[in-house]
Order: sequence, then C-alpha cells, then structure tokens
Amino acid sequence: MGVVASYLKDIKDTVASTFEGMSITFSHLMRRPMTIQYPDKIPVPIQETLPHRYRGILEVDLDICTGCLACERDCPITCITIGIEMNKETKQRYFSHFDIDVCKCMYCGLCSEACPTGAIRHSQEFEGASYNPAGLVRHFAPQAQNLYKPKKGGETEPKLITKVDIGQKYLDEFATPDGGGAAEEG
Amino acid sequence: MQAFIDQMIKDGAFAGVPREVVYAIAMVVTALVVLSVFVAPLAGVTSWLERRVWARMQSRVGPNRVGPQGILQWLADGIKNIMKEDIIPTAADQKLFPLAPYVVFMGFLCSFVVIPFGANLIVADLNIGILYLLAVTSLVVVGILMAGWASNNKWSLLGGMRSAAQIVSYEIPAGLSVLTVVFLAGTLSMQGIIRAQGWAPWDWFMFHNPFTFCAFFLFFTAALAEGNRTPFDIPEAESELVAGYVTEYSGMRFLFFFFAEWGNLYVIGSVATTLFMGGWQVPPVTDNPVLLGMLQFVTFFLKAYFWVFVAMWVRATLPRVRVDQLMALCWKYMVPLSFICMLGTIGFMFMDENGRRIFGALTLGFAIATIINFFRRVGFQFRAAKPELYWKPHI
Repeated sequence: MGVVASYLKDIKDTVASTFEGMSITFSHLMRRPMTIQYPDKIPVPIQETLPHRYRGILEVDLDICTGCLACERDCPITCITIGIEMNKETKQRYFSHFDIDVCKCMYCGLCSEACPTGAIRHSQEFEGASYNPAGLVRHFAPQAQNLYKPKKGGETEPKLITKVDIGQKYLDEFATPDGGGAAEEG
Repeated sequence: MQAFIDQMIKDGAFAGVPREVVYAIAMVVTALVVLSVFVAPLAGVTSWLERRVWARMQSRVGPNRVGPQGILQWLADGIKNIMKEDIIPTAADQKLFPLAPYVVFMGFLCSFVVIPFGANLIVADLNIGILYLLAVTSLVVVGILMAGWASNNKWSLLGGMRSAAQIVSYEIPAGLSVLTVVFLAGTLSMQGIIRAQGWAPWDWFMFHNPFTFCAFFLFFTAALAEGNRTPFDIPEAESELVAGYVTEYSGMRFLFFFFAEWGNLYVIGSVATTLFMGGWQVPPVTDNPVLLGMLQFVTFFLKAYFWVFVAMWVRATLPRVRVDQLMALCWKYMVPLSFICMLGTIGFMFMDENGRRIFGALTLGFAIATIINFFRRVGFQFRAAKPELYWKPHI
C-alpha cells in the first residue's frame, strides 16, 4: 500500500470507527441500566436476588455443630475462635463462645468445606456496616450451649432433622463440589 | 452594553462621578452577574448532566440523590469542596501555587465577553471577537503550566508540560479552521459572523461547501483537545499521572480547575454554534423585541448545548489517546487537513453563486444521509444485542 493510500485509509478508519462507536454508546442511552440503586426498595429483599452460591458473611447453626474445631484450624487468618468447656458434674461439653470476626474474614470458604455437618456456611448476607470493629464480631453462642452429637443410624429429633438436611445439602452442593473436601475429612 | 451605560451617563444617572469609574463599576457588576447567574449554574448543571449521560451510556444510574434526579448534586459538591481544608504543600511555590487556579479560571471566564447570546445580548461586540477568544482561551495554558511547575511534583510538572504542548499544537488546526469562516464572513466580529449566516441550515457556514463541513469537525476536535477533554485528556491521565497538574490541589482551588473545564465545554459549543451553525439566527416570526430576544437566546443555547452533549458523548465513547498518538493526530493529520480546508474554501470563494449553491446542497444532503445512516446503525445495535429498553430519561 502506498503512503498516500495508507494515509487516507487512516483518516477513513478514524472517522468510521468513531461513527460506529458513537452509534453503540447512543444505543446504550436507551437501555435499562445494569445496576440498581442499592438502598432503594425493590419488590424482593436484595439478598434474594443474589446468586445462589454467593459467599456472604459466615453463619453458624450451633444446633448441629459438633465442636470438632476443623473450621478454626482451617481458617488461614484465624478469624474463628471457639471455646469449648466441660461441665464437671455431667461430663457434658459445651460452647463457652463461638465468635467469627467478620473484619478479618476473607470469604475463602475453607471453613465451610472442612465442616463435617455443614453447620458453618456462607449466607446471602453482605450488609456489615458497624460503628466500630467490635460490632463486626459475630457471637454465635451468646449463652452456653451443648455440643451436637450425631446419632448412629440418623437423626431422630424432628427439629434437628431439617437442620441436618440443610447442612448436608450445603455440603453436597457447594462445600465439596468435586468431593475433595469430603475426601480430606475421610 | 456600553451603549446602555453611555445612555445612563447622558441621562445624568451618575452625576458627578468620573466616566472611568462608572465604566469600571459597570464592568465588575456585569462580570459578577454573568458569573453568578449564568456561568456558575451552567458549569454545575453541566457537570451533573455529564455524569448522568455517561452513567446511562455505561449502563449505570448516576447521581440521582440530591434534589429531583440529583440536579442539585453540583451544589452539594461545591459546598463540600468549599468546606474542605485548602492545603498548600510546604515544598510548593508559595506565590504561584495559590494563583494558578485563578489564571485558568480567568482565561475561561474572559471568553464570555464575546459570546453572542442574542442580537443585542453580548457583553462587548469586539471587532476582533474570534481572535480575542482564541487569545484568552490560550491563557489557560499559562495557568496550567503555572500549576504544574508550582506544585513541585513530577506528576504535576509532566501534566503541565503535556498540556502546554497539546494546547499550543491544537491552536493551529483550530485557528486554521476558524480562518475558513473568517474568509467567508469577511469579519472577525462574532456578531458579524452570525449576521453573514441565516437561520436555515443551508445558510449556515457549516453547509457552505464540503471544506467548511470538514473544517467544522476539525475545529470541534481541536477545541476538545484544547479544553483537555477525553479522548485528549492526557495532562490529567489518571493511570499514568495521578491527576496531572491538579495532583496537589485540594478544596476550592481544585474545584476552580474543574469549574473552568466544565464551563469551557459550553464555550466550545457556543463558538462552534457561532462560527458554523448560524448562532442566534431565528426565522422572522415576531416583531416583539423581548420575545425575539428570548427566542434568539433559546435557539443559541440549545444549539450550543447540543455540542456540549456531543462532547459528553465522545467522552463516553472514545478511549484516551497516547501522547505520541495525540501529537501525530495533530501534526500529521489535522494540520494538513485544515490547510486543505482553508485553501478549498478560498477556491470556493471564486465560484459563482449557482455553482456554490449546488455544492452547499450536496454537503447538506451528505450530512442528512449521515444522520439517517447513524440512526440505522443505532437500530442495528438494538437488533443485534436485543437489550431491555428503558426510554425514560429519569430513573
């Protein structure tokens, strides 16, 4: 291509691409915005519009927590602190505290993969605003609560059956999508 | 304006006061009125509108919290910036650093002297109007270089140097494009240039011949570059220079730079309107001077604001160019092309009236075909992407 021809081609390309680009941006002027205005009310709670596998703030269902401390050991930044004590008379172990510091949590999901019952898992919750860092520490055992002991041959108490099922479903669907986490535990 | 003051002096409104003092006070009062009633709200609303237009073009919502649809966002931003601490770094030049924003602002505000909002609505119809305007807008480069140097910061200095190189380079295609219109009108006065055109598009200099049509786009591009607008905003390129020459500025002084930038957008639009699009010319529909004046003002404002919208639109469309690309675009493409446009326009001035009309009609036809083709392309984008449409401007 000659010098003059390439010079003219440059001009033509500049004009044509600018023209085409401007038609695209103009068409975007009439499209519905992808984003929503966050604090505005929308017909359903915003948590329900999030993707199903969203990794929100951790939640713990203490009723099915066995107190194995696998999550505390697996946490890379030790944001989970669990205190387990034993009642001297009844020999019953109980949680004295179960705290998760949301400030430190990096939402890696390793704790939920390690959990044998699916008691610790990511919720859809993300609104963690607080006036001080201490307000971001989630206390899951406000008063002493006994550990859960899985029964041989399956759970019988109706209240706990649903909870165990929810935990197992979470483990099957998210925590161990390829069976890797379960293999480590086994 | 001057005639009005002279009349008042003749009527004895300012008896006993020297004429020079009356003129000086009149100038200050006019400047304050223009600044507070027109320029400040205009620059503010432009900043809000620009953010809304970008947001919609980028599938976002944009600021819509302060006032109805966020139209008072500029007031909130201004108050916030006034209340912020005005930091002058210890290593900065203590005299030049505070002065620089005002030099930039002055360069922009002085251009309002010759902008013709209507047949009688002009501060001063200088006989060298467009030359004066080119001169005062390049005063901005002094302020920017001053800010870059006085900040005592490598980013600021690089930004200031780039800006100086850019503005000085793009003065040439802008000046040559303006020259085509000056040749046709035979005058440098802004009102004279408008009076040489008519209200109808086929009487505008933009559609006078193919060369002025090209000159218009060359002028608009060069004016965007002179105003440091995207895609030519390398002096304040965030990715390489933090914020260029405004890096060290904070609070109100920071605001003055952006006040000038957004206000300058309207100056670009109104100069383009004056030179190429018939300015305030309206069809002869009324004899009432007040009504006619308002009609002229509205016509001029809408035409100028359309080009402000186009500048926002370009900013949402094109990525920022590199420094070498910027200089190549100016010196290798725009300067030769604007010379060709100037020579071509001179050639057309020797053509007889009938031949000129044919070429003018062809240019206008080409422009209309381009606009129709543009909307066909927009329709194609809709058909190709099948987006969810939302026609309402508010959200």
